Amino acid sequence: MENKKKVLLKVENAGISINDKSLVKGVSFEVKQGEIVTLIGPNGSGKSTTAKIALGIYKKIDGKVKTYTDKIGYVPQKISIDWTLPIRVLDFMSLTENLTKDQINRSLNLTGVQHLKDKSLSNLSGGEFQRVLIARAISKQPELLVLDEPVQGVDFKGEIALYELIKKISENMKCGILLISHDLHVVMSATDFVLCLNGHVCCSGTPQKVVKDSKYKELFGDRASNILSLYEHKHDHTHSQDGTIDQK
Amino acid sequence: MLDDFFIRALVAGIGIALITGPLGCFVIWRRLSFFAGTLAHSALLGVTMALVFQLNIALSVFLISAVLAILLLQLQTKTNLPNDALLGLLAHSSLAIGLVIIGFLTTIRFDVMGLLFGDILAVNQNDLLLIWVGGIFILIVLKFIWKPLFASTINYDLAKAEGMKPDRYNAIFTILMAAIIAISIKIVGLLLITGMLIIPAALARNISNNPLQMVVLSTIGGLLSILIGLFSSLEFNTASGPSIITAALLLFLISLIKTKKYSELKK
Repeated sequence: MENKKKVLLKVENAGISINDKSLVKGVSFEVKQGEIVTLIGPNGSGKSTTAKIALGIYKKIDGKVKTYTDKIGYVPQKISIDWTLPIRVLDFMSLTENLTKDQINRSLNLTGVQHLKDKSLSNLSGGEFQRVLIARAISKQPELLVLDEPVQGVDFKGEIALYELIKKISENMKCGILLISHDLHVVMSATDFVLCLNGHVCCSGTPQKVVKDSKYKELFGDRASNILSLYEHKHDHTHSQDGTIDQK
Repeated sequence: MLDDFFIRALVAGIGIALITGPLGCFVIWRRLSFFAGTLAHSALLGVTMALVFQLNIALSVFLISAVLAILLLQLQTKTNLPNDALLGLLAHSSLAIGLVIIGFLTTIRFDVMGLLFGDILAVNQNDLLLIWVGGIFILIVLKFIWKPLFASTINYDLAKAEGMKPDRYNAIFTILMAAIIAISIKIVGLLLITGMLIIPAALARNISNNPLQMVVLSTIGGLLSILIGLFSSLEFNTASGPSIITAALLLFLISLIKTKKYSELKK
C-alpha cells in the first residue's frame, strides 16, 4: 500500500553553495501523497535553504530536484509587505490562483481569521499574518505544501489547532507536506519522516528512529530524546512501567 | 479637430497618463523610482545616438534603455553594491556619455531643454499615433502579465515556488518601462516622465486600500494633472511640461490631507 502513494517531490543529493561556501549539501528525501516530512535542525543549519532548493527557487543548485505536481502551496519563513503596496487579506488570498469568494472564506475560516478578510495586510499582527499565510497556501488545494515554520508568533492554543489542521490537510486532501518546525513535540508526533539537518543530513528516518540516534542527541541534547516518550505516553494511553517507547 | 496644437497636446497627455498610471504603481511598489530616473537619464544618450546614426528617436531611446536594464542585471551579479549605487552609476555615466557625444555634434543644433522637459505643444499626428498605439500595446501586455508580475512584486520566493516565473515577468516589466520612456520622451521630456510615473501613483497610495483602487486612482490623478497642467499653462502662459508636474504635486499635497484624516479614523 505504501508504494501506491504518488511521489510528489524527489530531492536527490541536493545542495547549494554561495561564493564557494556550502550552505547545505547532500540532502536526499521524498515527499509522497498524504505524508508529512519534517526538517529539523539548529539555526543556520540549512532548513529553509533546503526547502527553497526543493521549491526550485535557486537558479543554480547541486544535485537533482524533481517535482511531480504544479499545485504547490508555500508558506515562506519571512515575508514582508511594504506599506507602499496597499493590499487586503482578500487580495492576498488570490495572489497566485483565481479563487471564488467561497474558497477564500472557507480557507480563512479553517485558520480562524475570516473576520480579517477586509483588513490591510500591513495592519495584521504576526500571528494573524501567519494564519493568513497558511490559509492562502491551502486555499488553492495544493498537492504539495511547503511550510517553513508556519506557526511562528501564533498563540499557544492556535498553534495546536493549526498543527491539527495541517495534519488533517495531509490526510483529507491527500496532500504531501514538507514542514520546517522547531517544535520537536509536534514534529515527533505528527510526522512520517524526519530529516535532521546541520549543513548536511545528520540523521533521518521515522521519528522513533531519529530520537534514538546519537547525532540527534548531540544536536538537541538529552531532553529532546524524551519528547517522543512523553508524547506517545500522553496520546496512546499506554502506560509502560519503565517508560520505554511502545512501537505501534 | 486634431489640427489644433492644444487638442493634440491634450490627446497626447491623456495617452501618457493612461499608461503611467498603472505602470507607476508598480514603480512605487517595486521601489523602482530611481530606476525610472536612471532609464530617463539614459534617454539623453538614446537621443544622441539617434542623431548620430540617423535613427528614429523613440526606437533609439528604447534600445538604449533596454541595454541599460540588461547592464544593470549584469552588474548585480558581478558586485554586491546596493541597487541605488549601481543605478546612480548608470544614470550619471549614461547622461555624461550622452553630453560628451553631443559635444562632438557641432553640425547639429540640439535643443537640450526640449529634451529635458519635452514639448507637449509641439506634438504632431505621428507622435499621437506612436503614443496611443504603443500605449495600448503596453497596457494590454500589462493586463496579461498582471497576476504573475503582482505576485513577484509581493514576494519573489513565493511567486517562484508557486510557478509564477518571476524572472520572466520582471524582465517583461523592465521592457515595458523602457517602452513607456521611449514613447513619451518627446512629449514630457526625460526629467518629467519620472515625475509622471511616480507622483500620481504616490498620491494614489495615500488614498487607497487595495491594489486595483490604487491603479485606478493613480490613473485619475495622472489625467487630472495633465488637464490642470495644460489648461493652466494656457491660462498663465507657463511651460506646459513643468505645469503638469506642478499640478501633480498639488494633487499629491491634497491627498496628504486626506491620509491624515484616514489614519485618525483608524485609531
